[in-house]
Amino acid sequence: MNNVIVYCEITEEGHVAEVSQELLSKGRKLANDLGIKLEAVTIGHRLENIEKEILPYGTDIIHIADDKRLFPFTTLPHAAILLKLFEEIKPEIALFGATSIGRDLAPRVASAMRCGLTADCTSLEIGDHTEAKTNTTYKNLLYQIRPAFGGNIIATIINPDTRPQMATVREGVMKKELWPVVAVPEINRLDVSKYVNDEQFVIRIIERHIESQKINIKNAQVIVAGGYGVGSKENFDLLFDLADVLGAQVGASRAAVDAGYVEHERQIGQTGVTVRPKLYIACGISGAVQHRAGMDQASMIISINTDPNAPINQIADYTILGQVHEVVPRMIKYYRQNSK
Amino acid sequence: MPFRIIVLAKQVPDTRNVGKDAMKADGTVNRAALPAIFNPEDLHALELALRIKDQIKDAEIVIVSMGPGRAAEIIREAMYRGADRGVLVTDRKFAGSDTLATSYALSLAVKKLAPFNVLIAGRQAIDGDTAQVGPQTAEKLNIPQITYAEELVEVNSKQIIIKRRLERGIEVVKAPMPVAITVHSSAPVCRPRNAMLVMKFKHARTITELQEETKDYTELRLDRPYLNIEEWSVEDIQAETEKLGLSGSPTKVKKIENVVLQRKESKAYTADDKDIDLLMQELMASHVIG
Repeated sequence: MNNVIVYCEITEEGHVAEVSQELLSKGRKLANDLGIKLEAVTIGHRLENIEKEILPYGTDIIHIADDKRLFPFTTLPHAAILLKLFEEIKPEIALFGATSIGRDLAPRVASAMRCGLTADCTSLEIGDHTEAKTNTTYKNLLYQIRPAFGGNIIATIINPDTRPQMATVREGVMKKELWPVVAVPEINRLDVSKYVNDEQFVIRIIERHIESQKINIKNAQVIVAGGYGVGSKENFDLLFDLADVLGAQVGASRAAVDAGYVEHERQIGQTGVTVRPKLYIACGISGAVQHRAGMDQASMIISINTDPNAPINQIADYTILGQVHEVVPRMIKYYRQNSK
Repeated sequence: MPFRIIVLAKQVPDTRNVGKDAMKADGTVNRAALPAIFNPEDLHALELALRIKDQIKDAEIVIVSMGPGRAAEIIREAMYRGADRGVLVTDRKFAGSDTLATSYALSLAVKKLAPFNVLIAGRQAIDGDTAQVGPQTAEKLNIPQITYAEELVEVNSKQIIIKRRLERGIEVVKAPMPVAITVHSSAPVCRPRNAMLVMKFKHARTITELQEETKDYTELRLDRPYLNIEEWSVEDIQAETEKLGLSGSPTKVKKIENVVLQRKESKAYTADDKDIDLLMQELMASHVIG
């Protein structure tokens, strides 16, 4: 009762999604801070051994809903299961990946329970809050921290009165950390027929093409990233050339993705991927806070920009004042001539 | 029964141009201080509605926006592009609403327009990026939802087939009506204004706007009822006040921090060949690359 619960999303390949394991790791810490347990709920089909992918993160209780109609994901049955389960176990905190599934499901559940939900959090902490007007103090609330309003502010959101306190978090924002498996984990296989009814299967999936993840910038050691300042799709090719010679991956800011320079899978930042490379080369990226939220943990940052006052320069280790299409070819040339 | 499509649209502050006075002391947005635009994904939503109407000729598109008086601007914009009529849901009591309180109000406005076949909105608004209002409004209306729509595959009076854009692929789904759809930015862009429609709707006004006009258009409007943009208050949609605004919002803003960057020591180079060679040399010597 009143624990932290993580919705564990099932991937195409039938595994627990990375983002869910990252959230379990965070959930474990939050549960420790609060002295409560960590629960997980997973919904899908053929989940016979799924607990093996959930227990290593210190999960105390796992709820499993296994039925062939529950995969692929559709909103209403998954929402119905969560609503009934949440009513039974009354979680204190409920976390979802900010994926196309999590961002579809979590608001539906939050609305039905009339509780607060914060999207795309970049940090979650436990803290107190005193309401100035009534001088009421709330202990141990979940601080849901996220950039807002075009990234010009960082907002700390709380839900003083409603439970669960709900949040979604993007993949890569939290760190996956193993935790000793608890001595006697509780595995609760749900009787699905008690949680869903036929009417909830009104949306029919008639076709699916899901690709295995081709572009994987998340674990790259070196990233060459471009922003709107790269100027064109053709100039972006230079970034791919540099990435090729360095054995790096190409990333992008949201502005570059929106401009159609590169595919969305390469987007780094609050609404994209979070990366922690050894070296991050930011080309024509001004460095809005949403972008920095996804890359400021890079060990070394080089910024190539025509604007000496670009915000990214303030967190960069090296700044090069100049045009991307002039600087990048020079870097390629030097590397080719001097690498063994 | 006529085929009715309701499009939810939001006028948003252009978050690309934010000044110092953008936030009020209570942590809510000071919208008056910013240029206001049609939320980009809501324009994609309008285009999806227009494509449905292309196939179902007698369909009616009603554009609904919740916001301050000047949000009537985007209702007219939608009319210039093909919406048939508009409703502005506006009241001071809505101020400070989070996504839950907003979807409560929107769901009541939509109920007032029932029966309807399809409810369409952009996936998310650029001032919040939450993507919550669409699904939450669908939940309040107790209708199924299709999120991240990219393409209209097929529609008739009973059902709709939509292609959805997911992180790693696409999914084609079939839904009965009524259904709520949120539209992804990868969906077709909205068709431009139509000159005939601009002529037709250029005098469309809310009652509040009319009171500010110097010329009297009363007679014109009697002949042309479509020029009336309806204006609905809390009473009109029969909302419970405590479920609106700050009191109806379970999420509270505890703290707002302006983004202040910690300047760290950085080495500055020019685009000069020698400088770049020096930098590369340093990176290779320290094995950061190579």
